[in-house]
Amino acid sequence: MAQLKAREVLFAPIFANNPIALQILGICSALAITTKLSTTITMCAAVIFVLTFSNYFVSLIRNMIPSNIRIIVQMTIITALVIVVDQFLQAFAFQLSRELSVFVGLIITNCIVLGRAEAFAMQNPPLISAIDGLGNALGYSVVLLAVGFSRELFGSGSVLGAQILPLVAEGGWYQPNGLMLLPPSAFFLIGGFIWILRSYRTEQVEKEPFEIGPNTRTSPAF
Amino acid sequence: MFEHYLSLFIRAVFVENMALAFFLGMCTFLAISKRVETALGLGIAVIVVLTLTVPVNNFILHNFLDEGALAWTGIAALQEVDLRFLGLMCYIGLIAAIVQILEMFLDRYVPALYNALGIFLPLITVNCAILGASLFMVERNYQFGESVVFGFGAGFGWALAIVLLAAIREKLKYSDVPEGLRGLGIVFIITGLMSLGFMSFAGVQL
Amino acid sequence: MKDKNSVGNVLRVATGVCLVCAVIVSTAAVTLRPFQEENRATFRQLNVLQAAGLHEPGMDVALAFERIERRIVDFDSGEYVDPPGGFDPVRAVRDPAQSNALSGDPAGIGRRTHYGEVFLARAEDGTLERVILPVHAYGLWSTMYAFLALEPDLRTVSGISFFEHGETPGLGGEIENPRWQENWVGKQVRDEDGNVRFRVDRGRTPEGVADADHRIDGLSGATITSRGVENMVQFWLGEQGYGPYLARMERRLEIGEVL
Repeated sequence: MAQLKAREVLFAPIFANNPIALQILGICSALAITTKLSTTITMCAAVIFVLTFSNYFVSLIRNMIPSNIRIIVQMTIITALVIVVDQFLQAFAFQLSRELSVFVGLIITNCIVLGRAEAFAMQNPPLISAIDGLGNALGYSVVLLAVGFSRELFGSGSVLGAQILPLVAEGGWYQPNGLMLLPPSAFFLIGGFIWILRSYRTEQVEKEPFEIGPNTRTSPAF
Repeated sequence: MFEHYLSLFIRAVFVENMALAFFLGMCTFLAISKRVETALGLGIAVIVVLTLTVPVNNFILHNFLDEGALAWTGIAALQEVDLRFLGLMCYIGLIAAIVQILEMFLDRYVPALYNALGIFLPLITVNCAILGASLFMVERNYQFGESVVFGFGAGFGWALAIVLLAAIREKLKYSDVPEGLRGLGIVFIITGLMSLGFMSFAGVQL
Repeated sequence: MKDKNSVGNVLRVATGVCLVCAVIVSTAAVTLRPFQEENRATFRQLNVLQAAGLHEPGMDVALAFERIERRIVDFDSGEYVDPPGGFDPVRAVRDPAQSNALSGDPAGIGRRTHYGEVFLARAEDGTLERVILPVHAYGLWSTMYAFLALEPDLRTVSGISFFEHGETPGLGGEIENPRWQENWVGKQVRDEDGNVRFRVDRGRTPEGVADADHRIDGLSGATITSRGVENMVQFWLGEQGYGPYLARMERRLEIGEVL
């Protein structure tokens, strides 16, 4: 029984309850760093690390945290993890950390992290909380990787820096789509991702807030 | 001097718009923009919080964290200490604390305003625009006066953007959007188009 | 567990969490600092070498950098100085005692330090091969930083490398593109009288213009970035930048001194 639950907790956030596509969480960072697949992968790895461990640690001390300072306690734990990641990147992946600049720091305010700590880790035991964190981070990563892959492929004709589509400027045939490198394209891609996801899983379609009735009032001229 | 501050303000509102040029604070931006009224309330809350937190964090940076900033203590051992790696923790802690204090203060002394803004205040701690503005302040090395103007400008720009989006979304209710795109999907695409529009402010020389 | 919301417990938990987190963060910061500083230094050296055209993939950067001499120049007098305690450009630009706000500021940099760095690349027998100047200016989104390398005649560009910028990828961001940077090689940025003469065209430089030596191709779709690059060269080689230093060096060249 516990086995099944763990699997569900791990996989549900990837498509069925995706944090970006359905819960509108953690979008900020998704846009700025997806021009290249390599920075996207680094960002995903950082989020997976932070989210898994923040959920684990918050859950570990959940019974001791007084409710009136719980947000600050959660933030402190998250921040400590993010700073550690940031310091590691600066020490061992200098080029990547330069490209990510302030966005590593902004993982702190990635709503997925605090959202999962508050919604899941405060109520559940440590291990399952860590799995929930991992699952949500993977859901976030799936969207980010899809966006990062499309932006790099169509924007610069390459994948992970290796040229796939030969560029016109270098004697090939592919004219790169400059829009893909601009931040707004990330919105269009995520919009499209949501469209595809919801055409496939129609239960996620949002209901109209109200129906516009047919025009029943007859014109006074008649 | 006045011109310098004015240009900084205009830049922060239009050219370097927190929401549409840097995409910060997107979660709340997309979630709380269904109606103009609520968007306006949230926008004002963001302005207030940014105008407070950016200068306070600036003060902390220049008097405690920066290299040599502890010189005023007069203790020789502290002259050279560089605590900038603790920056993130201090900034977010201060933001959380200021938001909490503001909430209690409004509840006690200005209940009318508390009723209007109260529900948005807890959301603001995790709004990346707030932390982002403090980080930009550090990166661009603003002085105290500049940080006040920048904080206010950044908040104003964010509020402007969310009210604009909410106005568009209200009109959107009358449009026939394809089923899968309805709701969140189309909002993403509209935000993309809005930010394309705001990109034309880039490089405006002031 | 009596009451987890009691004042005592609030203080206990807050102190505990703060202590544990502070220890973890400080440990990480302190143990990793040497690596980070080494990375930063290597990155800077690598870019100096790249601008000078002395970098080959896989080489030992620190070893190659031994051939490069770092000198400090006083911008106003153009003379070498040796400030006690060394010179850190990052710190100096923030220190009102070591820098001043610019009144006319074509490059959009706000403050300029009193001193500046110069890197002199020498061949094995000690003759001067390249003079490398760090330069920066505001582009479209943020400040662009570069190293500009000159031939020993102090007029001809031997290379440029932009190492930090926030320009639009694909448009202004092409300043990073090696193919565009090749365009700079062999161009004359100063004329016989020592005046700065340099412009970035809109689009390609037309064929057969008389002053083609002083012009480089612009970046398509990046007018403001191109203008920023032009201002950068104009400012840093001009009177307020390395102009006096270069003029002084030229005079020494004329009387046949070995630099």
